[in-house]
Amino acid sequence: MRSHAKRLPSRPVILLLQLAVLIAFFLIWHVLTDTKILSPFFFGTPGAVLARTWADFASGVIWYHLGITLLETALAFIIGTVAGIAFGFWFARAPLVSIVFDPYIKAVNALPRVVLAPIFALWLGLGIWSKVALGVTLVFFIVFFNVYQGVKEVSPVVLANARMLGASSRDLFRHVYLPSALSWVFSSLHTAVGFAMVGAVVGEYLGSAAGLGYRIHQAEGVFDTVGVFSGMLVLTIFVVLIDAAVTMIEKRLLHWRPQDNHGGQH
Amino acid sequence: MAEAAAAAPALQLEGVTCTFPSPDGRGRSYTAVQGASFTVADGEFVSIVGPTGSGKSTMLNVAAGLLKPSEGRALSFGQPVTGINPKAGYMFQAEALMPWKSALDNVAAGLEFRGVSRAEARQRALPWLSRVGLEGFGDRFPHQLSGGMRKRVALAQTLIVDPKIILMDEPFSALDVQTRQMMENELLDLWAADRKSVVFITHDLEEAIAMSDRVLVLSAGPGARLIGEYRIGLDRPRDVAEIRMTPQFLALHQEIWAQLRDEVLKGYAQTKLR
Repeated sequence: MRSHAKRLPSRPVILLLQLAVLIAFFLIWHVLTDTKILSPFFFGTPGAVLARTWADFASGVIWYHLGITLLETALAFIIGTVAGIAFGFWFARAPLVSIVFDPYIKAVNALPRVVLAPIFALWLGLGIWSKVALGVTLVFFIVFFNVYQGVKEVSPVVLANARMLGASSRDLFRHVYLPSALSWVFSSLHTAVGFAMVGAVVGEYLGSAAGLGYRIHQAEGVFDTVGVFSGMLVLTIFVVLIDAAVTMIEKRLLHWRPQDNHGGQH
Repeated sequence: MAEAAAAAPALQLEGVTCTFPSPDGRGRSYTAVQGASFTVADGEFVSIVGPTGSGKSTMLNVAAGLLKPSEGRALSFGQPVTGINPKAGYMFQAEALMPWKSALDNVAAGLEFRGVSRAEARQRALPWLSRVGLEGFGDRFPHQLSGGMRKRVALAQTLIVDPKIILMDEPFSALDVQTRQMMENELLDLWAADRKSVVFITHDLEEAIAMSDRVLVLSAGPGARLIGEYRIGLDRPRDVAEIRMTPQFLALHQEIWAQLRDEVLKGYAQTKLR
């Protein structure tokens, strides 16, 4: 199969091509707005967006908002993951519980979480906790389903082998169930972190006094398109950096797994 | 009491019958093993051969305490087997290593489960890795090892906790012929060193004769019964590849195969019917 595939160019060449796409995108944007084919009022100009972003970082105002969004993301991720692991284990080991709650879990998971944002704002105020709550409702279900699957999918032979070697039920949890479930959790890490972020930014967007979502919303309110695009640019860079960090963590934690084997839901 | 235990056989099955409900929950239930009785003496190497689907693994699971028989009982060194048999080690046919543990940690696992600290368990696992020829492979994960190497890790993992009786369920059936013969010889060497009891399940008659003191023949399922017992008086130590050429081996093979062949054909006819 592989030998028949067309050979790809080397890594530096690919990186250069990727960079070319980015530059081309900014160039086309620049030309279109410079010649007034697209109105700079509605589309901004790349020069102005980059200058604004630079100024925000230079003056330091953006750091505060970045920090708030990051804090909300981290809290949503941690709380959602811990709760997801706990409930995932409980449901996987207690068949009656899982059968009784099954329709409700599915119903809540099918609910678009954005509609909860105003309720959380009402309950928890406009501070960080209403955003964290929104992120938790997103992260929880991803982790929950993956842990449930991970515990259910433990090989019966591996389990029997551990028992023959003298494993107590505590040993089985620590040495068999937990590593198996965690491998599923880690394989959904990208999705979980991404959703924690979505919860934070959407929450800020719908009502807050700080954060990247708040800044984008503010700019929109005064038709400051340059500010909106600048906010989006910062958000994009931020997401790419977090995703790279997650990839590194994933590689460290899942090094026991063969490269081409992808368990887990995405 | 202690004297009785010393004289008791390593394993004794008394009229073991295993019946499973049919998979769809209705219809007739399926009887895998019917009234199986046999004993394995302390230090004896016994093989059980039988056609596919004759419930060989079922009997082993009863001996291990992983499965409760519908009728009859299993005794190990005079003690009835209820729950996991603590005197038994089990080598499975399928992959049984914990994929998230390195080779060394897999070998050390049994000691850790017995309350030995992780550092000491790893220390004691090292010589076992070299005993199965895997020195320097301790930090590899199972997926980074070949099928034969994984079986060696599984062997060390089973032997490190010093079981008095080792149950082996076609442990080498997934290996190529050369690797398999090598593993068989290594197993015989390790066995000769401290003469544990072994129950070795296989569908390969040559493997059974080459390794065992005694070969038991199981009829085709469902409701498989023990139908033959043969004492293998070949000299030890043996080389599994060379011993196959000797006239005594060929005579034994001919004798047992005459009985086994009919059962294999019956088993084959049943798999075609299904």
